[in-house]
Amino acid sequence: MSSAHPLAISAADLSIRDVNVFYGANHVLKDVNLDIRPGEFFAFLGPSGCGKTTLLRLIAGFVPADTGTVQISGGDISKLPPWKRDVGLVFQSYALWPHMSVRRNVAFGLEERRLPKADVNKRVNAALELVGLSQFADRRPSQLSGGQQQRVALARTIAVEPKVLLLDEPLSNLDAKMREQVRRELRDLQQRLGITTIFVTHDQEEANTICDRIAVMKDGVVQQVGAPMELYEKPSNLFVAGFLGAANIISGCVIEQDGRRIFAITDDLKLAIPDECKAVDGSRLVFRPQHARLAAVGAGGPGSLPARVTRREFLGANVRYGVMLGSTEVTVDSAFENSAALYELGAPVEIVLPARALLWLQD
Amino acid sequence: MRSVLSLRTWRASATPGQIVLALSILAFLMLFLVIPVATVIYVAFTERGTGSFTLINFYDFFASELFVRSLWNSIWVSLMTVVVASVIALPLAYLTTRFEFRGALLVQTLGFLPLVMPPFVGAVAMQLLFGRNGTFNLLLDEHFGFKIPFMEGLWGVIFVQALHYFPFILVNLSVALRAIDRSMEESAQNLGASGFRLFRRIVLPLAMPGYVAGSALVFVKVFDDLATPLLLNVKDMLAPQAYLRVSSIGIADPMGYVISVMLIICSVLAVWLSTLSLRNKDYATTQRGGGGLAQRKLGSGEAVVAYGVVIFLLLLVLAPHFGLLILSFATVWSFSPLPDGFTLVHYTRVFGDSWVYIKNTLIYASLAAGIDVVLGVAIAYLVLRTKLIGRHWLDWLATASLAVPGVVLGIGYLRTFYNVTLPDGSPLASFWIIIVLALAIRRVPYALRACFSALQQISISLEEAAENLGATKTRTMLRVVLPLMMGGVLAGFVTSFATAAVELSATLMLVQSNDDAPLAYGIYVYMQSAAGRGAGAALGVVAVVFVGLCAFISHLVVERSQRSKGLDS
Repeated sequence: MSSAHPLAISAADLSIRDVNVFYGANHVLKDVNLDIRPGEFFAFLGPSGCGKTTLLRLIAGFVPADTGTVQISGGDISKLPPWKRDVGLVFQSYALWPHMSVRRNVAFGLEERRLPKADVNKRVNAALELVGLSQFADRRPSQLSGGQQQRVALARTIAVEPKVLLLDEPLSNLDAKMREQVRRELRDLQQRLGITTIFVTHDQEEANTICDRIAVMKDGVVQQVGAPMELYEKPSNLFVAGFLGAANIISGCVIEQDGRRIFAITDDLKLAIPDECKAVDGSRLVFRPQHARLAAVGAGGPGSLPARVTRREFLGANVRYGVMLGSTEVTVDSAFENSAALYELGAPVEIVLPARALLWLQD
Repeated sequence: MRSVLSLRTWRASATPGQIVLALSILAFLMLFLVIPVATVIYVAFTERGTGSFTLINFYDFFASELFVRSLWNSIWVSLMTVVVASVIALPLAYLTTRFEFRGALLVQTLGFLPLVMPPFVGAVAMQLLFGRNGTFNLLLDEHFGFKIPFMEGLWGVIFVQALHYFPFILVNLSVALRAIDRSMEESAQNLGASGFRLFRRIVLPLAMPGYVAGSALVFVKVFDDLATPLLLNVKDMLAPQAYLRVSSIGIADPMGYVISVMLIICSVLAVWLSTLSLRNKDYATTQRGGGGLAQRKLGSGEAVVAYGVVIFLLLLVLAPHFGLLILSFATVWSFSPLPDGFTLVHYTRVFGDSWVYIKNTLIYASLAAGIDVVLGVAIAYLVLRTKLIGRHWLDWLATASLAVPGVVLGIGYLRTFYNVTLPDGSPLASFWIIIVLALAIRRVPYALRACFSALQQISISLEEAAENLGATKTRTMLRVVLPLMMGGVLAGFVTSFATAAVELSATLMLVQSNDDAPLAYGIYVYMQSAAGRGAGAALGVVAVVFVGLCAFISHLVVERSQRSKGLDS
């Protein structure tokens, strides 16, 4: 498909300032501040109940903010009713009206804007073309598959040329196979339109694969904002580290020994803390399963720690070991080479932790 | 080999027990629904004496100015009742479901009250309140010098019927409005729609199926009602004509049957048109990932208007009840805004003389409702849980009784069972059991729908688990299915009971002696004379309290049993 499309969408920036929302005594959004750049594909990522959908609905005007503002391209939209905001929301349930055909659904917003009939038709056709559903224009929503329904919902929203596109868990009602395909299509479409897009999801893989930047949320608080790789490499706290990919998290205490900082997991298991790491009292050691290495006893070299194999899972390309480090079971992934090189259950091993892969983080 | 195979497929389709059950239900429906109605149709199309086919009776019908006028009057009154009832029901349903409306439950409950009183009972009270010399017009005349003819002729019937039957629209419309997922409206708002346009383009079309279903019910009910027009002295409508014809000329006169056939045709037509207009429009809008019901807050200005409208409408629909209550305590109430004095004499009279009516009603309504839920459970089970060939016919047959007017069923029973004599030599048609059967047959569809939805909510895996653990089909039914269905079954029982307790159309034809008469009949007899009105009203109040109380208690039972099972009713 050509990159030219007849919908005139301009990339707008969106900023959220000091937003707080209470549901009764529940503080569901706490001091939220976010700046989303023009044309950016942005994700609100977090477990259920973290406030991500509330924040999305707040932008759309369905949840009132107790404090704070939402601005699009510098203009405050916080006081506008939903129908005056010009932000396009694609609902998780799609919310296609069953009493209207696909065409009538897509035309709805344009008719509400009192556009001349010819313009309505032109833009409906363009929107349907864009999502590849022109031939289904006269069907009822109930006659379409889940994936097709979703594309109708998308067409209906972009037809009105919104300043910002909001997607509420758009992939959650699709089967696993469709998900990968649809998320690529979403990314393509977003790139072609150049529309500022916010995507709500609880699935880190979804967010990582298609988004430019992610805001990780928990308990109504934005934990960290950054590009997917940045969040993975430099999580700012334990929650982000654990939520984005697998992470081993080990408790211990930071002690001073001979002028150097040492992390003591137990009295016998001690690890030097690299100078560049910020480890304070209460910090915990974090590393990814693929960054640690197992070695035979005596072969680990300086700084390696003694451990014992408690679990072994063959994953194909990798072998996943569970090893007991003190009283914590940690996960170590190692590339599978041949079966002879595997460690047996119960075998004593040494675990090698490269200094550049280690992080000390707090809650 | 071949025969073994066919035997196996036959076995797979149903067990002998299921077949016996299905055949007994079929026999019951044939005997008490199909044959009486068929008899009515047969007589309408046959020549008297010779028994040969003829259309002469219909020719006579259309040649009679009175009958043709009656037909049009009935259609007009039913249609206008739907219109007036909609004007009452629409704001009540919309305000109480789509807004955060304090007292929504009260409104929905009070809105139900008119149904627990026979409509003709309200007619008398309405005459006293809104009639030419009723309270309202006397006050109007005194202060402003004019009167409004609310209760004159057909409009009187329309007014009374609308106040009585609007709950059918209210209930169906409320259910439909509540089923609209909030995302349906939010997506429209997101795309720029608001206010009345949002209502007209999204909410109303989505609620249409509920509205049409309620309206069709109102139309059919009004078309069938004979006591209200008769009490308001309107005789030129179809149902009253059928009754007058049969009761004055006798069951041998063909015109009563011809009118009955016309009644059936109009009822069937109304039901058919409503289903036709609803084809492919049964939207289930609560969907995965949906947000539930959207209830908007009313602005303070809006709230004043909204509460004003709701209070006005409630006062209006409860006016018959107030009127009835006053009348039941009144010494003389005529040509004056309020009665001359108050007395308890009517109640003492009612409790002295009329205990038999109350007793009969209790027996008839319980038996009828019992028959209904047994039929309902059995048919629902056969249709949803077996592969019995032709099982859907039971459903259709039972549901078809919806379109059979009570007068027609009454006439059909008289004709069919009059020649069947009981051991003591009296005709079966005059035996009180016949009244119970007529009441039961007319309510099977409601009980059936209640049982259907109750059974549909039960996951089939619950039954399979029981069978897997060694329970037979019958044991599973008794130990797993029935207990889980109980809430729905009780709801069906209550509906059948409450409506059976106030029904008059069929019973008016079938009651042969005062000793066998139910409440509604007793009230009707009292209300015939001016002297009996006080007592009739007292009996009416007793009926309202009695039915209301029964309905309320069973409602509590249903709620509790549903909650104890962790099910939402």
